[in-house]
Amino acid sequence: MLRQASRLLSRSVAAGSSKSATARGFSTEVPSTIDSTFVESWKKVAPNMDPPQTPSSFMKPRPSTASSIPTKLTVNFVLPYASELSGKEVDMVIIPATTGQMGVLPGHVPTIAELKPGIMSVHEGTDVNKYFVSSGFAFLHANSVADIIAVEAVPLENIDPSQVQKGLAEFTQKLAAASTDLEKAEAQIGVEVHSAMNAALTG
Amino acid sequence: MASSAAVPFWRAAGMTYITYSNICANLVRKCLKEPFKAESMNREKVHFSLSKWADGKPQKPVLRSDAPEVSDF
Repeated sequence: MLRQASRLLSRSVAAGSSKSATARGFSTEVPSTIDSTFVESWKKVAPNMDPPQTPSSFMKPRPSTASSIPTKLTVNFVLPYASELSGKEVDMVIIPATTGQMGVLPGHVPTIAELKPGIMSVHEGTDVNKYFVSSGFAFLHANSVADIIAVEAVPLENIDPSQVQKGLAEFTQKLAAASTDLEKAEAQIGVEVHSAMNAALTG
Repeated sequence: MASSAAVPFWRAAGMTYITYSNICANLVRKCLKEPFKAESMNREKVHFSLSKWADGKPQKPVLRSDAPEVSDF
């Protein structure tokens, strides 16, 4: 415990001296962004206890951006209940961003993309894996790592076409009959999701 | 300050992103083929009890269970 205290001390001194009072690094950088004024006032109050750790000190440092463009894209595709792909190296993914189908290659400019209901395809050599994504986000990092998070993602074979047609008809009707803004929005969402599923199954 | 950014239609109607996302996910789940549909409905079951407080005491709790639908209070 005392060993850790000296490490924290030296880290905070180094960090404090190399920064101006207002500059703070991004929270995803290496945990040397310990607030030195906090550590000093902590030590005045509780000299025998280590300063509390923050979540960022438990995080692994972000892999650095390579100077040359890597040949493969590392994809992490996660759902709330499962990790579909974890650190998988692929050639390309095509994500259904709200601005249209976006192809992501290694060395893609860092982007945060909101996803709309649509097909996400993962291309590895000649294999293509397609998933229908309900909505989510894609974070493309400078080091060719893509983090894609979705609430629900299913392989296309698991979707039942007859239910999609039924849903589309039902929501188109609801859209015509809707009165309040909220009802209209919900019906519109239904129409969009079902049309996307329809297009995914037939296209 | 007048907002000039184009908001998505669901935001304009007063819905949050989480509500929108959950509605999309529910609709996709409803359109799945049979074993997957049952699995996903099972997975999304929630069970919670909600009590409002008045005068420092909890009132009668409302029990919500097996309700995968979005509920907004």
